[in-house]
Amino acid sequence: MQFYSLPSLIRRGLRGHRDWTPAWRKAEPKPSYDVVIVGAGGHGLATAYYLAKLHGVTNVAVLERGWLGGGNIGRNTAIVRSNYLWDASAHIYEFSLKLWEGLSQELNYNVMFSQRGLLNIAHSEQEMRDLARRVGANQLNGIDAELLSTDQISKLVPVLNTSPHTRYPVLGGTLQRRGGVARHDAVAWGYARAADALGVDIVENCEVTGIRTASGRVTSLETTRGEIRAGTVGLVVAGNASVLASMAGIRLPIQSHPLQALVTEPLKPVFDPVVMSSAVHVYIHQTDRGELVLGAGIDAPVSYDLNGNFRIIEHVLAAVCELFPIFSRVRMLRQWAGTVDVCPDASPIISGTPIKGLFMNCGWGTGGFKATPGSGWVFAHTLAHQEPHPLNEPFSLDRFTTGALIDEHGAAAVAH
Amino acid sequence: MSQPFRLDHDGRIHRDAPLQFTFDGRPIDAFRGDTVASALLANGVALVGRSFKYHRPRGIVSAGAEDPNAFVQLGHGARTLPNRLATVTPATPGLEVRHVNAWPSLDFDLMSAFGLAAPFIPAGFYYKTLMWPRRLWPLYEHFLRHAAGLGHAPDAPDPDRYDHVHAHCDVLVVGAGPAGLAAARAAAQSGARVIVADEQAEFGGGLLSTAQRVDGLPAPQWADAATAELSSAPDVTVLSNTTAFGLYESNLVLLAERLHSHQPDNAGSESGARVWRVLPKQVVLATGAHERPLLFANNDRPGVMLAGAISTYLNRYAVAPGSRAVLFTNNDSAYRTALDLADAGVPVAAIADVRLESDGDLPSQARAQGIPIHTGAVVVQAHGRGRVSAAELCSVGGAPLGTVECDLLGVSGGFAPALHLHAQAGAPMTWNPQIAAFAPQPSHDIHPAGAVTGHLDLSSALRQGTAAGAAAAAAAGCSNGHTPAAPRAAETPSSDLEPYWLPPGDLARAKPQFVDLHEDVTLDDLRLSLREGFESIEHVKRYTTLGMGPDQGKLANPLATGVIAQLLGRDPASVGTPRHRPAYSPVSLGAIAGRHIGPLADPVRVTPMQEWHESAGARFENVGQWRRAWYYPHPGESMHEAVARECLAVRHRVGILDYSTLGKIEITGPDAGEFLDRVYTNAWKRLRPGRCRYGLMLGEDGMIFDDGVTARLENQRYLMFTSTANAAPVLAWLEQWLQTEWTDLRVYLTSVSEHWSNIALAGPRSRQVLAAAGTDIPLARQDFPFMTFRQGHVAGVPARVFRISFSGELSYEINVPADRARHVWEALFDAGRPFGITPYGTETMHVLRAEKGFIIVGQETDGSVTPDDVGLGRLLSRRKDFLGKRSLSRPDSVRLDRKQLVGLLTDDPAQVLPEGGHIVDAPGRRRPLPMRGHVTSSYFSPVLGRSIALAMISGGRATLGGRLYVATLDEDRWLPARSCHHVFYDPHGARQHV
Amino acid sequence: MLLIPCPWCGPREDDEFTFGGEADIPRPADPDALTDEQWADYLFMRDNRRGHHREQWCHTAGCRRWFVVERDTVTNEILGASTYGDSQ
Repeated sequence: MQFYSLPSLIRRGLRGHRDWTPAWRKAEPKPSYDVVIVGAGGHGLATAYYLAKLHGVTNVAVLERGWLGGGNIGRNTAIVRSNYLWDASAHIYEFSLKLWEGLSQELNYNVMFSQRGLLNIAHSEQEMRDLARRVGANQLNGIDAELLSTDQISKLVPVLNTSPHTRYPVLGGTLQRRGGVARHDAVAWGYARAADALGVDIVENCEVTGIRTASGRVTSLETTRGEIRAGTVGLVVAGNASVLASMAGIRLPIQSHPLQALVTEPLKPVFDPVVMSSAVHVYIHQTDRGELVLGAGIDAPVSYDLNGNFRIIEHVLAAVCELFPIFSRVRMLRQWAGTVDVCPDASPIISGTPIKGLFMNCGWGTGGFKATPGSGWVFAHTLAHQEPHPLNEPFSLDRFTTGALIDEHGAAAVAH
Repeated sequence: MSQPFRLDHDGRIHRDAPLQFTFDGRPIDAFRGDTVASALLANGVALVGRSFKYHRPRGIVSAGAEDPNAFVQLGHGARTLPNRLATVTPATPGLEVRHVNAWPSLDFDLMSAFGLAAPFIPAGFYYKTLMWPRRLWPLYEHFLRHAAGLGHAPDAPDPDRYDHVHAHCDVLVVGAGPAGLAAARAAAQSGARVIVADEQAEFGGGLLSTAQRVDGLPAPQWADAATAELSSAPDVTVLSNTTAFGLYESNLVLLAERLHSHQPDNAGSESGARVWRVLPKQVVLATGAHERPLLFANNDRPGVMLAGAISTYLNRYAVAPGSRAVLFTNNDSAYRTALDLADAGVPVAAIADVRLESDGDLPSQARAQGIPIHTGAVVVQAHGRGRVSAAELCSVGGAPLGTVECDLLGVSGGFAPALHLHAQAGAPMTWNPQIAAFAPQPSHDIHPAGAVTGHLDLSSALRQGTAAGAAAAAAAGCSNGHTPAAPRAAETPSSDLEPYWLPPGDLARAKPQFVDLHEDVTLDDLRLSLREGFESIEHVKRYTTLGMGPDQGKLANPLATGVIAQLLGRDPASVGTPRHRPAYSPVSLGAIAGRHIGPLADPVRVTPMQEWHESAGARFENVGQWRRAWYYPHPGESMHEAVARECLAVRHRVGILDYSTLGKIEITGPDAGEFLDRVYTNAWKRLRPGRCRYGLMLGEDGMIFDDGVTARLENQRYLMFTSTANAAPVLAWLEQWLQTEWTDLRVYLTSVSEHWSNIALAGPRSRQVLAAAGTDIPLARQDFPFMTFRQGHVAGVPARVFRISFSGELSYEINVPADRARHVWEALFDAGRPFGITPYGTETMHVLRAEKGFIIVGQETDGSVTPDDVGLGRLLSRRKDFLGKRSLSRPDSVRLDRKQLVGLLTDDPAQVLPEGGHIVDAPGRRRPLPMRGHVTSSYFSPVLGRSIALAMISGGRATLGGRLYVATLDEDRWLPARSCHHVFYDPHGARQHV
Repeated sequence: MLLIPCPWCGPREDDEFTFGGEADIPRPADPDALTDEQWADYLFMRDNRRGHHREQWCHTAGCRRWFVVERDTVTNEILGASTYGDSQ
């Protein structure tokens, strides 16, 4: 792997950047691997990287239907935080956040993780109670969290309308200073490059069309580039989890919905932290390029369509204009959608399945990006040991049978 | 300035209406009809901006919405408009235009130092560096952030308003150039209801920029006549300044109509812009094509323009964008520009044509005029810094052909259809090798016509437009037998374009050749991207930022497809183009929000007593959409004091509460009892008419969904109260079961939440107050016992009175028709004065119910709480099934360490615990620290003279009396408390039975 | 935006409707007879199909009737609508 650094950039720059090599090989699929991961998105690539790096499993392929990083890792709003309510969520997201903090150095790829702080604002007494509960839980779980007054919020984000006379008065909020944003595509590329360097085959344009099993064990995958044998298969296919699982006869507690986002034209810096309001379904931050990035709530109907309903955009922009009246004259540049797989408790599934050797990492709903490093880490452990890491044990498929759900939509105050 | 580049004749500017605006403070003379760009060019201003990354000097490239350079800031303060294109902004008197992205000035931009570093900061450089030391990233980022960005956001709230228009029509025509006008006419003549929209201020598109003739008239005149005809047609809506920015499923087309929002100083108008949501039966896409730039060294110098734009400035705005021109082309269209330039008296020093032969009509005319034409020749480099000064030519084989002086370099690499709308909707497009670009495929409800199909000739645009308009009208079911005739224009036989993507050999490789001018993406950046394996067009886009600027890569993307294909040795069709995403041109957030802001952002719901509460000095809280009276402070009273006073008034005398926000659902029909049995956990069929019962409703997952009292009004009529927040969800839930699952049950549901207002009288004297207010309902205890319902009159108004209590006191909930509620409220209040009646709000209601240990759904429960968890296991019927019952026997539902509702009493009776505070067995600084549960409700109880709290604690009921600690936000401060039974006051319920 | 063909009111913008999830998931007649796995399958497991999908919609801002829509979940093309029968 070519080492990336300022000196290497200058040295190669003097030679016209002609001797950079591909970030990852265009691997041809081999007939057989120890582990096959389906889905070259953030979570799948991170899984491959940690399998090779931490568990010495390098005879690994990552299969991708289209182009690497073309799913939700390339479509999300890039927010990273760990201030979840329930212990199980808090622990895995905080573990992930700690990995984020050293990720650029770990991968030798600048993922531009920027801890500009993440502010959740509340507009009602009940929301304030929920936020206080969450801050308390975060603090006892060792996660940085502060409860802020309206005045403190006003100082932190002066462009936010904190007047008591708006439709959505800001009664207070919470701040996670270690939260922030990252360059989402770079996360996929960085993991791909690092996994490739450790010997992982990344196979793009290779669609899985069937999963073969024998006596309750997975044996191979049928793909558009031939059959690939593997004793261990991890499905990490956000937006297609139900489809892939059904190939193995497994039903999942998942419904897929479009989740929309948009960016505005670039502006000189206006505010620093990520601002989220769950009551009005808005999250907003300003990228390093100067664009405002906005996310909205999900479309209600189940759909794999990648356009989404424009009503959602109208509602989110109305809320934004109410919260940030100075942005009314700023213009929307692009809008798009991704497909999110949502579990009934808004928590993911990182789990074995009734079929031996077949594992799933799915159901991240609207919150998968921030979990990328941690999710890959624990899923690699799960694949390597054929049993869950303590951090993902609560996120089993079995919980839907026992009832031990980890319900993050209610009191977590944020569904994203 | 005296407009040295203004031609002295023709053009569509109004020479009788001169005006002046400023550019970076300099006065600029213009005429009505000018754009900011045409006026700047008329005044010889070549430098209009600095590029995004390297801060290179940039000029005007185009005459439309595709311009990658001409971004400016308009106006100042609250009405400023960042990043507006000079090429589409009308010049208006006094307009304040400023550059963006340069410091301290446009001419002397210190940030152009980035250009010096260009060799070391290629595409994606930041992925490779700025990583060490880790703690410095925030500093690097601060610097990057301030270097990036373009214009400035306004500094105050937007004073403008925006509107939405919903419209249906048979045929929507997008674009009013030759094809669009012809289509709109044909559709209208066929009897269709037509909407025709064009992004420019005037209809006509390319007709306004050409010297050709249509039906014998000069093209602009024909356009005016056609526009006038459409404007006067009864069923045609004509929208100028209107950009179709998105095409969605079901053929929803969104149009942004600019009224004055492009004029920052036009205060006081009603509306800045309108967003039209149009649902046409059929769409004619006459969106035209964008001319493609060409690659050569320093192809970004001011003075390098699209050839077609030069013709537009000459013919439409009467501006010569230079005084000596060179043209560089791979097709015939630039020859028309050469002829236009010659006509305007601007010498054309050379035409470099990639093709070895060019024998179309226009080249022949140019040749006849003596314009020097170099076939098989290309421009390899532009010279000059602030503005192009010469073009360096060579043969396609790479042999030098010398340098030609010029201050205007017109380029034409062919035309790429503006198929953005079509592609947004995911409709198919195909690679058309004749134009070396993607073109849209027609579908059953989308009809492309004109240049967007790849046919550039005026006569074919008119023919296609007419055919498309007629076909669309017919497909929409409008046919009056009339066959519209196509307008006629002279055919211009032309020879084919020759695709040209990369300069020959390694010529001028040291100098940047820009593929995306806005994003400063060079040919070398594309090479680097491909070298590093970023080959998919989406990878190239994301790695290099190709097409990610506010121009959405309108010029760059079609060029990049060809360049990448050639670099990879692949077919351009397989390279594709980045996915087209709305909006075609940016649309302001305010316009999309429309009037759904301020008070209309989300309707505020109030009860009929709202004005009374306001005049009584109430403070309010938001509960869902409701604004509810929170407490009623006397002058000088704190919230704590007011709530204490209200609480004691209810406990000792009588209080009055506006409880109208509760959901109310009437459930009627012979199977209503059976229905309630299925949706509530307890039994209902034996409830006698006139009696009330508390019910719990679960989701199928066994978790508490809602609670409330239901009364059996008559044998087959029940009234269900739901919590305020759940009024709508409960109704929807009940309807879904009835209509989709239990279709055999004869039950009807009617929401009467708005119909009945609900006034609660609570306190030992409430019976006397109700009697004093006047009622025909016997109130004696034995006549009207607890948990019963009576119908009669209160204060002369028909009323349903329920003897139920959320405070634990003697209490009546009096339902009266909403339009009489204020009268009844005041009557009760007046009648209550002698008894010391006190209005109380939601806060006191909460304290009173917490004293009694009553839960609030959403406060004690959070979607993970079963009835047994909150001590209501006795309400679970064993003799029948009910929704959610099966879930209560799952392993997790019967865990002994589930969180359970308990009371908490602090050691210090004055200490009110923080709501949301977490509870541990043993405090400490270890993290994570295991948590037992959390405080759900916490108040100071005036009647008990101490604090009380409710909490959900793991295994709580088994450890009552145990010592616990509640965390505060100060990690060293823990509040000691003991758990207790959750009913603090009147545990046997004696007071509500009196 | 979807144009939902309400069987009672005709095609209307989806804004007027509430989505009610997958259709054809009958409530078990005797839940107590089910294993936890079978109950979980009824409660949570969904086909979530790519392509042809039968689903429940309610015309909330109109006639308030629930009905079944058939839709392609990839293209969002509406393939048909049907009522729950004339039960009342």
